Amino acid sequence: MASVSPYAKRFVSELTRQQIRRLIASGVRIDGRALDQYRDITIRTGVVNTADGSAEVSLGRTRVISGVKIGLGQPFPDAPDEGVLIVNAEILPHSSPYTEIGPPDEAAIELARVVDRGIRHSGFVDFKRLAIDPTKVYVVWVDLYVLNDDGNLVDASNLAAIAALRSTTLPVAVKDESGVIKLDKNNRVAMPTDLSKVPLSTSIGKIDSALFVDPNLEEELSLSGKIVITISQSSIVSVQKTMGFFTESELMQAVDMAYSAKQKLQEAVLKSLV
Amino acid sequence: MKQPPVPLLVEGKRADGRAPDQMREVKIEVGVVSNADGSAMVSYGNTVAVAAVYGPREMHPRHLSLPDRAVMRVRYHMAPFSTKDERKSPTPSRREIEISKVLREALEPAIFLEQFPRSRIDVFIEIVQADGSTRVASLTAASLALADAGIPMRDLVIGVSVGLINGVVVLDLNGLEDNYGEGDMPIGYMPNLGRFVLLQLDGAWTREQFAEALKLAIKGAEYVYGKAREALKAKYFEVAEEVAK
Repeated sequence: MASVSPYAKRFVSELTRQQIRRLIASGVRIDGRALDQYRDITIRTGVVNTADGSAEVSLGRTRVISGVKIGLGQPFPDAPDEGVLIVNAEILPHSSPYTEIGPPDEAAIELARVVDRGIRHSGFVDFKRLAIDPTKVYVVWVDLYVLNDDGNLVDASNLAAIAALRSTTLPVAVKDESGVIKLDKNNRVAMPTDLSKVPLSTSIGKIDSALFVDPNLEEELSLSGKIVITISQSSIVSVQKTMGFFTESELMQAVDMAYSAKQKLQEAVLKSLV
Repeated sequence: MKQPPVPLLVEGKRADGRAPDQMREVKIEVGVVSNADGSAMVSYGNTVAVAAVYGPREMHPRHLSLPDRAVMRVRYHMAPFSTKDERKSPTPSRREIEISKVLREALEPAIFLEQFPRSRIDVFIEIVQADGSTRVASLTAASLALADAGIPMRDLVIGVSVGLINGVVVLDLNGLEDNYGEGDMPIGYMPNLGRFVLLQLDGAWTREQFAEALKLAIKGAEYVYGKAREALKAKYFEVAEEVAK
């Protein structure tokens, strides 16, 4: 397995691309947004009643469903007193005419790992409280399903993951007669999450030297650089440059944009989640 | 926070005796795989990466070639015996797939790909021995192997890692510091152009620590760049001597 430069099958016409790039130079975006403006965000939780927690997020026309399933498992040897988090992403063949059927490719793997790192390093989920005894812990599976790709899958997936985790209830762990730990699905407690530590990612696109948040699909196909910065409270908890290059001053500008975008995202999250 | 087996930082000295802004010993050798068009071996302390480059050559399958530029194919892979833990399965892990992708995206901005339409450039990187900072040692090795192959580049790409230990920003994490530190930030930098082409981060960093980390990474990359230039030149001085004989 190796990483291959993707075939440019997701066309955007040269006219559109030039229009996007020319407008950005004067601070205007193809869909009329300001450089620091997100598309409309809606977050709904409890959308799948077979999951232990779920959410659906729309970011403009981008749609992601997240489902959480809780299981029992062994802790990792280097963290014996913590529960286990596993994030997986599927970019469904539904999501665009250019997505193929198959196991997660490098884009889906990267998407899952970037979301995973934000949650892991933010303290949003209290993994210590997911340990049951020295050999048994809760395993939290977060599956991200991209239904429609209109750009910025990372931010939509991150919101879907945190909303689904927030809505998750844990089946209580009980010992049966022979002392084996089992999950009682009829007896549930809330997932230990702390909304004040919620990790919020901001994807930032670059065209020439202009930076802007939340690129849509047409913009993504016209970018010369892209970086994702995730912030929790006042800390930067995850960064991933995914395209092109950035200078030192562009990086500091991107970090400042992420800090101010985080404030607005947090308002949207707090409005939708209890 | 996990407790390290030994303190990571005591009175400004790290567990292996280094100062916070000090690299481990950097060794670079160019032309280590005679069959490859270009190759390099880079070690940062105990971390050893070997890169080999083949190409530009014909793209197979041909329908994946690009009409206006070369395709890059990058594989980062760890040898099963390269870690201190149990044998690592040789099957590419999700981590290795992600690293292959970010390394490709770090190398692409450095190469004049548009000079080689419909062809491909292969970069194979193997971690022979791992002790932290493997992806950045790989990046330095890969860019030197590309230069050794004579592929036209805008600049060398130098990889260095920066980390956070007890709130102090440090250069070039070893395996111990990577496991038990509070943050890790692998960086790829073009020293002549001042461009960051690889940037990942995890942990919990303040804005000020982030800014300091960028500065320290630049300093580290400039130091490694000096060594990289020497190694590249050394190979061609050898060639020149042979020709003169």
